[in-house]
Amino acid sequence: MKIDLHTLGPLVALIALVILGAVLNSAFLAPANITNVLARSAFIGMIAVGMTFVITAGGLDLSVGSMAAFLAGVAIIAMNAALPGMGENWGTILIGMGVALLGGLIAGYLNGALITKARIEPFIVTLGTMGIFRSLVTWLADGGTLSLDFGLRTLYRPVYYGGIGWITWPIITFAVVAIAGEWIMRHSRFGRHVEAIGSNDRVARYSAIDVGRIRLMTYMLLGLLVGLAVVLYVPRLGSASGGTGVLWELEAIAAVIIGGTALKGGRGRVWGTVVGVLILSLIDNILNLADLVSPYLNGAIQGVIIVLAVVLQREKRTAEER
Amino acid sequence: MKRRSLMKAAALSAALGLASGAAFAQDAERKIIGVSIPSATHGFMGGLNWHAQDTIKRLGEAYPNLEFVLSTAGDAAKQVNDIEDMMATRNIDGLVVLPFESEPLTAPVKAVKDAGKFVTVVDRGLSQEGIEDLYVAGDNTAFGRVAGEYFRDNLEAGAKVVVLRGIPTTLDNERVEAFQAALEGSDIEILDMQHGNWNRDDAFTVMQDYLSKYPQIDAVWAADDDMAIGVLEAISAANRQDEMWVIGGAGMKEIVRRIMEGDPQLPVNVTYPPALISSAIEMTALNFVSNAPMTGRFIIGSQLITPENAEQFHYPDSPF
Repeated sequence: MKIDLHTLGPLVALIALVILGAVLNSAFLAPANITNVLARSAFIGMIAVGMTFVITAGGLDLSVGSMAAFLAGVAIIAMNAALPGMGENWGTILIGMGVALLGGLIAGYLNGALITKARIEPFIVTLGTMGIFRSLVTWLADGGTLSLDFGLRTLYRPVYYGGIGWITWPIITFAVVAIAGEWIMRHSRFGRHVEAIGSNDRVARYSAIDVGRIRLMTYMLLGLLVGLAVVLYVPRLGSASGGTGVLWELEAIAAVIIGGTALKGGRGRVWGTVVGVLILSLIDNILNLADLVSPYLNGAIQGVIIVLAVVLQREKRTAEER
Repeated sequence: MKRRSLMKAAALSAALGLASGAAFAQDAERKIIGVSIPSATHGFMGGLNWHAQDTIKRLGEAYPNLEFVLSTAGDAAKQVNDIEDMMATRNIDGLVVLPFESEPLTAPVKAVKDAGKFVTVVDRGLSQEGIEDLYVAGDNTAFGRVAGEYFRDNLEAGAKVVVLRGIPTTLDNERVEAFQAALEGSDIEILDMQHGNWNRDDAFTVMQDYLSKYPQIDAVWAADDDMAIGVLEAISAANRQDEMWVIGGAGMKEIVRRIMEGDPQLPVNVTYPPALISSAIEMTALNFVSNAPMTGRFIIGSQLITPENAEQFHYPDSPF
């Protein structure tokens, strides 16, 4: 019963938002709108699932938004460069996908290695790499926008817009990532080690857990998921610029916390994170669909709902601990 | 012997030093112009950065006695530091500044002016009047009005339009107010105005929601070409390309090319040229190398780009 109360906090907020949306505008529950909201949640969603592992292990990654922009830029450059040799086919696109995924792994390894091997605070390391990735993509784009070749773009486009009926590929990928993430967190040895390190890394070390390696792996997993998000992001607009992925890191972290993962680590809840991501995108969607307030106040409404969702949860937790 | 030659070498180098000092003195007419602009965080600023660098390179070759110091800042505080550094370490004679924000930059720019330097302010005015020698800016009111007039003249009575706004700023307000004023008295209805923050992704999201919300939309004022790209993508994802056209703004090269090709979805565009920084730098340079008076206000009009004249607004080398 206690556990139910916990999990229900964000879920109740989500259901309340869905009801509110449906009451305010009948278009809200139309399949097209649901597809839109779920598909655009997928980028932040996949990143947030990775972020759940990093935060649960007691870490933090501020660089994911810039990393996404950088990887998108590099993937576009790689595809454009491969085009003359490879031609306009799926092989070229697979190269771009591979570059994004591999680049994500490497970037995650870089963050993780600086944190676990050079022993620098995660906040500082990822604040640094955040600036580095952001500048690099601006530099690669010469201050403008990197655009994918038009023919490739047309070929690649269905990866974001296509799918099985109205369930598009980003939604399917997000669902698979969420289910796999939940399983890993709950049932795998890696997941248990992550939680153990987050609750007390000294005890974890005495229990013969390779703390450094597990932490490094959480950052690499996050990097890989950022790469996966990029694979699905590039076909949407076919471009990347210095303005891509701005503040994604904060949205991902907010989703994780709304979902009930403790910012200090030790308790990870992947399902909660998914609910958190959906709450964040639904707020945006509802504010756009209904003329409730001046658009100047959108940020304030978002802030209030985020804080409320977390407050509800904290009260339940202290009640339980008492 | 060895020692003597060493002495000689020392004497020689001293003489050389003197000579170069003399050369320096001869070149006393050398003028240094500082250029401080926001960094390339979005398409328009990227274009502006490119034009600034391009102009500086060209002027540096044309006028060997002019030297330029360019700095780009990501926020107002950094820009203040840049300007202070230019004054302290480079002893600039003129300053071209595009203020990140008006308020925080007013006092530091005034300090430059009070030190007797030539000050050119670009695009965003300072919060106190009469500081700058030269003011160069685009015309935000005309930007909104020209777009609004096109909507008024080319839509039938009862048509419905949606608007995407930029980042909430006075500049955005001026544009939107002029747009609304141009539509006043016509039967065209503005359904909604939300902020797309001059960002492709944000504009994509807002447009998707507009499309869910409104069954009838006849035209979109995206007010910026980055936003127009996101809007077009959202419209084509919803398969409603044939129902509405889109007007962006600022003349991004991809959009201008599509206008040249006569794309029915993009009939026209309104200029707000990032090359206005070039006008400002050129005029500041002229102040130092010619007798032409270069003080006052220089407002660059916003023009309508149509398929007929699009060619002259197309800069294939610029990143924007």
